[in-house]
Amino acid sequence: MKIEIIDKEFVPWQELADYTQQQQQQQQQQQQQQWQTAAGAAATFVGTMRDCNEGNAVKSMVLEHYPAMTQSAIEEIEKEARARWPLSDTKIIHRFGRLEPGAQIMMVATAARHRGDAFAAAEFLMDYLKSRAPFWKKEITDMGESWVDSKASDEAALDRWRR
Amino acid sequence: MHIDILFFASLRELVGQSGVALESSERLTAGQAWTESVGNIPMPGNTLIAVNQAYVKPSQILQEGDEVAFFPPVTGG
Repeated sequence: MKIEIIDKEFVPWQELADYTQQQQQQQQQQQQQQWQTAAGAAATFVGTMRDCNEGNAVKSMVLEHYPAMTQSAIEEIEKEARARWPLSDTKIIHRFGRLEPGAQIMMVATAARHRGDAFAAAEFLMDYLKSRAPFWKKEITDMGESWVDSKASDEAALDRWRR
Repeated sequence: MHIDILFFASLRELVGQSGVALESSERLTAGQAWTESVGNIPMPGNTLIAVNQAYVKPSQILQEGDEVAFFPPVTGG
């Protein structure tokens, strides 16, 4: 499990490749061969900044967060996902600071024995990240700066996970 | 009682400050801490409150040294 809150650009596929390599090296050192074959499925979601929102051209975006809380809030969400699905591993990266259109905002990756668990856990993590992790987007357009409003649909998305 | 108050994003702009150190002789709830720190600016109805980095209800009783954060619905991801 790895959670990173970073203020620089990242390439999701490179991050995954590096992480996989690190994990394999660790397993070789610990002579654990089992994990690699146990996880038969991995799901990855990548969120990218668009260059328009509701018809307005967006020049850049500033992502504010609550540094003391962000990591622990995401850890809580990750823990809940692990309680619901048998996950082999997870990796979450979320940007903060200034972003330009086309930049990666975040990624969520899950690994599990079977694809159903990997897909469901990735969706769960995304839904809860969007409604619980303390980040706020401010868009900069030709019209000026404005905070992005939260969507009722994001909160409604949590309903399907309530039990 | 010493309480640290933080405001984020649009609420920081609404109240015109990122935080305030509050001294109170009375016990306060998280909701009351808003009024104590910003006066007559009404708290937006959708405000989220965290005490010591965990979500709470406005009725949460505050303890000495608590960090109380007020912020709008989150929009990350």
